[in-house]
Amino acid sequence: MPLLDVENLTVTLATSSGSAQAVRNLSFSLDEGEIIGIAGESGSGKTMTALSLMRLLPHKGFATGSIKFSGKDLLAQTNRAYRDIRGNQIAMIFQDPMTSLHPMIKIETQLTEHIRHHKKISQESAHLKALELLDTVKIPDPASALEAMPKQFSGGMRQRIAIAIALACDPKLLIADEPTTALDVTVQAGILRLLDQLRREKNLAVMVITHDLGVLSSLTDRIMIMYAGSEVESGLTSDLLKNPRHPYTKGLISALPTSSISGKKLLTIEGMPPELGQIPSGCAFHPRCAYAKTSCESQIPTSISISTKHRIFCPVNPLVSS
Amino acid sequence: MQQIKKSKNLTLAGNMSAKVSSSFAKFIYKRIAVGLLMMIGITFVAFAVTQVVPGDPAAVNLGQSAMSNPEIVARWRAEYGLDKPVPEQYMRYISKVLQGDLGISQHSRRPVSEDLAEYFPATIEIALVAIIFSIIIGFSLGILSAMTRDRLPDQLIRVLSLTGVSMPTFWTSLVVFYIFFFKLGWFPGTGRLDPGGDEPTHLTGLYTIDALVHGQFSIAWIALKHLALPAIVLATYTIGVLTRFTRASVLEILGNDYVRSARAKGLPEWLVIKRHVLRPALLSIITVAGVAFGGLLSGSVLVENVFSWPGLGQYAFKSAIALDLPGIMGVSIVVAGVFIIMNLIVDFLYRIIDPNLRSE
Ligand SMILES: Nc1ncnc2c1ncn2[C@@H]1O[C@H](COP(=O)(O)OP(=O)(O)OP(=O)(O)O)[C@@H](O)[C@H]1O
Ligand SMILES: [Mg+2]
Repeated sequence: MPLLDVENLTVTLATSSGSAQAVRNLSFSLDEGEIIGIAGESGSGKTMTALSLMRLLPHKGFATGSIKFSGKDLLAQTNRAYRDIRGNQIAMIFQDPMTSLHPMIKIETQLTEHIRHHKKISQESAHLKALELLDTVKIPDPASALEAMPKQFSGGMRQRIAIAIALACDPKLLIADEPTTALDVTVQAGILRLLDQLRREKNLAVMVITHDLGVLSSLTDRIMIMYAGSEVESGLTSDLLKNPRHPYTKGLISALPTSSISGKKLLTIEGMPPELGQIPSGCAFHPRCAYAKTSCESQIPTSISISTKHRIFCPVNPLVSS
Repeated sequence: MQQIKKSKNLTLAGNMSAKVSSSFAKFIYKRIAVGLLMMIGITFVAFAVTQVVPGDPAAVNLGQSAMSNPEIVARWRAEYGLDKPVPEQYMRYISKVLQGDLGISQHSRRPVSEDLAEYFPATIEIALVAIIFSIIIGFSLGILSAMTRDRLPDQLIRVLSLTGVSMPTFWTSLVVFYIFFFKLGWFPGTGRLDPGGDEPTHLTGLYTIDALVHGQFSIAWIALKHLALPAIVLATYTIGVLTRFTRASVLEILGNDYVRSARAKGLPEWLVIKRHVLRPALLSIITVAGVAFGGLLSGSVLVENVFSWPGLGQYAFKSAIALDLPGIMGVSIVVAGVFIIMNLIVDFLYRIIDPNLRSE
């Protein structure tokens, strides 16, 4: 049984022009100790997918479908029951470490409040745990760091602290929403190495969200590509990057700087992703797709298996590329 | 091992507090210097305004027959220094003010400083009670409103606070006075004490405090009952404003990333609010409350009239219609002083609430 099994997840949000679906019929699963990368352009619903796992959707937003975590359906839990899972068994780190820590609360409190809440341990043992956590994420001089305020740290250090906070209750699943986007390139590599190390040492399952495929290539076991709230392709990292089958994935990969260095023509995808609530009929990608046929305008694509764990949502392209 | 850690913590705390107090002293000096400059500015403006306002103080304060006698008018003008050039009048005034002499009021014919010492505490007392009411009620309702956003409690609170904001003070005064004093008789009517009742032994001029300090509990109770209606009336507007403001500010804070982080930890919502939202919310509420306190002082003119409250508002009103320059200037200086002290208190509270400011 996978650790996380998401089935037909649909997220509906309230917008100024009525409700709209930010995530549509998404299904994926994640095993213990596995790292999955979720990639896609801005607005493709990556963050909303993550927030629905955390049940932290924006005001008036809701999720339907099923999210099974260790066999329990998260969407069916009461708020109170769910709070025992959130932060305890599933933890999340956010994109911008400059705003995700509370500016007026010292690090020790931010690092220990949920340990004390979930694990009901003494202040003394929470303190020791906090020292250990800061050591794990390689913060120099953990003792004085605990006494400090967030503004005394750089962005990279803050993201390490945020990771320490997420790890505090020894969760089984860590969701990292663009954990490196707000950081310098040199600092990024360090954070990614840290995530990789944690996965190996703690058998932590990690869901990394990014719009930068380059970030994922070295870190993830599997990748899922999203477009307009739905999966377009997923597969083992090497399969997907070497042998992308969906026109959108192909576009994303050839837009990577590394592929243009290797001599291929830099291919960008024409046009813009659709606005929320204005998702085209049929295959959402068809207006931008070079291979689109008339049937794409009306026919909603279903999953087509390419090889084990590699599937695409495009009835046209497998024929074209093979 | 434990011992060592403890003592290290202690010295760390010791160092911190030394740093805090020296930076705190600097902060206080700076604020006092700014305050003094502001006082000089205020006296200047007040003085300038009284100079350009049309109307002859002599004509207002001397009777018809005295006005027709140039000798009396000249003597009266000389007595108040009104025959001197304006800059000289100002300099004379400033140097007297610095000695604590605010001149003789032309309408009460007593030293202005004595008048102020009598009327000012009465106003401060209702204004303080009103602002405490407003902060407690406004803050709680605002938080409740934000937490139940768009649901029934929020809707009810919205109606209430909008009513509070839009009702004119003189009207609320009359309605409250009519219902709770005249019809129901729950509260005493006018004045600071029952007619003919004993005053508490003088200390601050705030009757409730003075009575409590001297153990005169029955007087304190009477004074408190007299305070209730005017304070509530005075507070209605401020409660409305603070409720709306708190709601907006809490909603804004709830949208912050750090609140999402707190929720992501699985903390119960009350703990998220208490530890992660209250502090930043207080920070913005305090600023508004400081400004609102100034508003309460000006609102007190009407309320004091309805409740025959012998306060600064009434005094200012009388001074103004009498074109009583020393009186008007005295009131301006006191009100400016209140604003300056209020700012100081707000800054001070800022430093208490935001630990980042403490170590700066
Ligand atoms: N609070 C909100 N209310 C309504 N719509 C929202 C809200 N937050 C995001 N959206 C919309 O939901 C859609 C999906 O957003 P989401 O944040 O999941 O995208 P994303 O893939 O994470 O993009 P990015 O790479 O920019 O983070 C977008 O169209 C966005 O405009
Ligand atoms: Mg996002």
